[in-house]
Amino acid sequence: MNDTLPNDTALLALASTEPGALDRLHRRLEEAADRDGLLDVAYTTVDSPVGALLLASTRTGLVRVAFGVEDHDKVLEALATRLSPRVLRSPQRLDQAARELDQYFAGTRTAFDLPLDLSLSSGFRQLVQRHLPEIGYGHTQSYGQVARLVGSPKAVRAVGSACATNPLPVVVPCHRVLRSDGTLGGYAGGLAAKSALLRLEAEAAAV
Amino acid sequence: MREMKRPFEQVVTDHGDTVLRVCRAVVGFQDADDAWSETFLAAMRAYPDLPPDANVEAWLVTIAHRKSIDGVRGRQRRPVPTGELPERPSAIGVPGSADHDLDLWDAVRALPGKQRQAVAYHHFAGLPYKDVAELLGGTAEAARRAASDGIKALRTAFPDSSARGATP
Repeated sequence: MNDTLPNDTALLALASTEPGALDRLHRRLEEAADRDGLLDVAYTTVDSPVGALLLASTRTGLVRVAFGVEDHDKVLEALATRLSPRVLRSPQRLDQAARELDQYFAGTRTAFDLPLDLSLSSGFRQLVQRHLPEIGYGHTQSYGQVARLVGSPKAVRAVGSACATNPLPVVVPCHRVLRSDGTLGGYAGGLAAKSALLRLEAEAAAV
Repeated sequence: MREMKRPFEQVVTDHGDTVLRVCRAVVGFQDADDAWSETFLAAMRAYPDLPPDANVEAWLVTIAHRKSIDGVRGRQRRPVPTGELPERPSAIGVPGSADHDLDLWDAVRALPGKQRQAVAYHHFAGLPYKDVAELLGGTAEAARRAASDGIKALRTAFPDSSARGATP
């Protein structure tokens, strides 16, 4: 199919693009796509004490926060399938979320003030996730208490799956929900991340 | 079950470099950024409707080909009836770096339109000659000849390319 001679390969290697050219063009594409209403899902990754976090946002608001153990590539594929394949790395739309997360991890922010897009969850799960921010910073509740909080005292297991499938961990504080015996239960980011968040909040709240 | 489609970011990562080289070859170094941007913006617009089994790179090159014709038409301020790119004035100064590459882009730009496009689409983008022929019109054999003549001219302009290319 390609009859390029070895000598021509060397010739065509002269046509390599210089470093930085594609970064510059990428930024230009981000701006143009946003301006033309094509940037359905913007994302970036930020460093945090619990590892790299993927942040993704629609035009409505922050739609996904994902831990490294969730595999960011898989998360992006899922977003492309469930929301829109027009997914582009575009840190600008995530500036505010990144700033508030920085403040949270520095212990200087106790609640998030961000527009959220809860369209990745529905029904009872979304209802639970809407209520989770009512558990105050530095406090915890059991799955049973949350079930009572949302008016379905018998739905303890369903509360567990609502927490496990929370698309916005850290920002929507499912880490503040524990088993009734005080043990951690589960966490998408791993139990080490869950206990790190609880320790951070306990220490910052004690100051 | 919804069909799987890769995030568009992956398309940019995988093909951005090739498309930039194609744009530089076809419209010249200076106008390549505009052509690249228009190509990927149009691609992002159409991406949800692209069949999942499509050859993404060939699709992008087709868009780049159309955009390069539009761009040339815009600059010429008159209609061009075919896909043939008119000759442009010889190279003027180019801002920025990458001096070692500019000679090559100048040489590519000096090629007749069809040779330049055939080299870009076959050698830079890897399209088979029958696909190149679909873009340029004419037969696959004519596309092969145009690419071959183009490479021959470039080889004459860069007799020492194997030595230079060996140490990029």
